[in-house]
Amino acid sequence: MAESAAQIESSRSPLEFRDRTRGQALLDAIARWTDDRIDNPVAIMHVCGSHEQAIAKFGLRSVLPPGLRVITGPGCPVCVTDAPEIDEAVAIAESGVEVMTYGDMLRVPGSGESLDDARARAGHVQVVYSVAEAVGRAAASPNEQFVFFATGFETTAVATAAMLLHEPPANFSVLSAHKYIPPIMEIVAEMPETRVEGFLAAGHAASITGSAVFEPFVARHGLPVTIGGFEPLDILAGFAKLVERIRRHEPRVDNCFPRMVTREGNRRAQVQLWSVFEPSGGVWRGIARVPNGNLRLRDRFAAWDARRRFRDVIASAACGVAATGADQCRCGDIMAGIAEPRDCRLYGAPCTQSTPVGACMVSSEGTCRIALEYGGHPVLEMTP
Amino acid sequence: MCLGVPGRIISIDGLTAQVEFWGVEREVRLDVVDSAVSPGDYVLNHVGFAIRRIPEEEVEETLALYDQLLAELEREDLMAAEVRSEIGPGASQAGRARNG
Ligand code: SF4
Repeated sequence: MAESAAQIESSRSPLEFRDRTRGQALLDAIARWTDDRIDNPVAIMHVCGSHEQAIAKFGLRSVLPPGLRVITGPGCPVCVTDAPEIDEAVAIAESGVEVMTYGDMLRVPGSGESLDDARARAGHVQVVYSVAEAVGRAAASPNEQFVFFATGFETTAVATAAMLLHEPPANFSVLSAHKYIPPIMEIVAEMPETRVEGFLAAGHAASITGSAVFEPFVARHGLPVTIGGFEPLDILAGFAKLVERIRRHEPRVDNCFPRMVTREGNRRAQVQLWSVFEPSGGVWRGIARVPNGNLRLRDRFAAWDARRRFRDVIASAACGVAATGADQCRCGDIMAGIAEPRDCRLYGAPCTQSTPVGACMVSSEGTCRIALEYGGHPVLEMTP
Repeated sequence: MCLGVPGRIISIDGLTAQVEFWGVEREVRLDVVDSAVSPGDYVLNHVGFAIRRIPEEEVEETLALYDQLLAELEREDLMAAEVRSEIGPGASQAGRARNG
């Protein structure tokens, strides 16, 4: 059963967190399954910003056996929002329409400006906590136009879908930059440089889609997918399952987070998601054009589609000059598992949390920001 | 963020619920939650929407990670900051939601 808060608080190393014996047993299992791969480590990719935060925070990389390499995939929704998508929101904001979005989108650079720059130049930009709040603001000022710049993966898109199904007021519309994870896994799996041998899928996103959503992927690519939670031991259990599947050449979908995820997932949410959105091709920043990787509003919801309502404003937006250094940003390579933050010449100087050059340094889910904040040895630094 | 935050339902009015997160109350929508919920149930929340009812036997285990994160109030920590930004200012470990 759960320990008391005092016991948890006194935990200072990843293996003491919750249960040292179980953690060590999982690490021993991983070492056993990878003992012949020390010269050519098994490469596992996760696709979730929260997984990266937990891996960095609890220092899991520093305790992993040498035969396993954990790669950060494109799991940061802010980071994969493409510059032209930001440009659309900036153009709408500068035309005098209220643009509302989640807070972490403000500083993400577009081709020229970020939404923060637009706000500083008298563009109308507001941060909202939820799409429900955004609809509420529109309803309160019926004579003004409000656009919700909708970003995030399927877990976030279901919220947007739910509000649209309530037929929001006519002065409200949605600029969808929502993205859908399974198609990007196909792209990454096919990149020859990446050499990913298995994927750790995000537990809470999978609670919506269900583990079954990964079955066609596994069948097509012969790579195992394991769904994992966010406790250090949940993550280690996911790694252990993956290296076992890889060693045995048994590509399967495994659910190592059954307390939150079922095979069929949340049907009610899926029905709402797919009745409002349909998959369409879209660019994931710095990585690739991903067939079916974006979620766009179905024709039935055209009346609330900001891309249709503000077509002229968007079309007339001039593309700005890219921010200094942006062309050297390696975010895309990092999210594709080809490079690490330290491979970027701008990492740490001039690109920092307070002066980000690329989206991976802006977002709290971005690999560069996580690497810089946790410094690679987070557990030792956890003790004040 | 993919983490989401667990909270306890205080009351329900149609498709909105008052949910308590570590002493902070917020309105949460119930449009997409996977099963019927009632006051006292714990739900996992993401951007103002409950996405899953947490089975009773899993509640303690689910809360433990968040307890630990929020215990580090003084520290600059990305994960803790994200959890706090989802539940708003004033969250503290002292106010952890409890059954009964
Ligand atoms: S350090 Fe900055 S510039 Fe370099 S890849 Fe990361 S976000 Fe881009």
